[in-house]
Amino acid sequence: MLDRSLIGHEFPNFSVDIEKGRLKFFAKAIGETDPIYTDEASALEAGHKSIPAPPTFLSAVDMEGPDPVPVITLLNLDIGRVLHGAQAFEYFEPVYAGDTLTVGSRVKNIFDKKGGALEFVEIENSYTNQSDTLVARAICTLIYTHPRSES
Amino acid sequence: MADIRVGTEIPPLQLPPITRSTLALYAGASGDHNPIHIDSDFAKGAGMPDVFAHGMLSMGYLGRLLTQWKPQARIRKFSARFTAITHLQDVVTCMGSVVELIQINDERCARVEIRAVKADGTATLVGEALVAI
Repeated sequence: MLDRSLIGHEFPNFSVDIEKGRLKFFAKAIGETDPIYTDEASALEAGHKSIPAPPTFLSAVDMEGPDPVPVITLLNLDIGRVLHGAQAFEYFEPVYAGDTLTVGSRVKNIFDKKGGALEFVEIENSYTNQSDTLVARAICTLIYTHPRSES
Repeated sequence: MADIRVGTEIPPLQLPPITRSTLALYAGASGDHNPIHIDSDFAKGAGMPDVFAHGMLSMGYLGRLLTQWKPQARIRKFSARFTAITHLQDVVTCMGSVVELIQINDERCARVEIRAVKADGTATLVGEALVAI
């Protein structure tokens, strides 16, 4: 069983510069065809202040901290048994190239199902920009599978 | 936008087959370097037939489904559960429809159910979004 006393644990904040080149690369990787995501002139023409970060780019921002997946270290998880179960975003303001986001992250909950064979870890992240505006929140749900012999 | 009502379908988005290149590019661009998605030896050692797609890659496709339908700034919430693995050569199609029109904080919103589906009909992601209309 994962240590339930770590519910509420807060990871250290970290800041990430949202780089134009990285956004273009990410857009290419998801096959984006709308030019506002890859061409700054098109973004400006469409009324944006620069290239916008696509809706799921925040998950890439998560990986830019000192430890890309700190919950694995905190809970001493075997990465081969970790599944991404669910992901949720709530958006308040757009994120653009040139912004700097500060990421706050905490363990929201740990619970189990199927008699402990599956444990769920919810990580809640908040994203604040350089103007101290909360731009988004996210919840990442990880599933930790236990081999039958252990349960 | 009087054209949006319960039952309105979002124009579907069909993706090209998932290749090793797709996964290598996504690993680099997303910063998710988990070897299970890019290193066949590691994936086989972990009991998988081969590397398989990042769940967040398909959620990125679902994001494209939404932003090609409505401007991104109108998306208030966006969530998905990962329900099946996407393997190499799978062809994923993203689709969705409006299931409810609701008023939230003085704003009229459409709640849409969205999913990513493989050619054999298996849903790999099942989610929903709240979009201001």
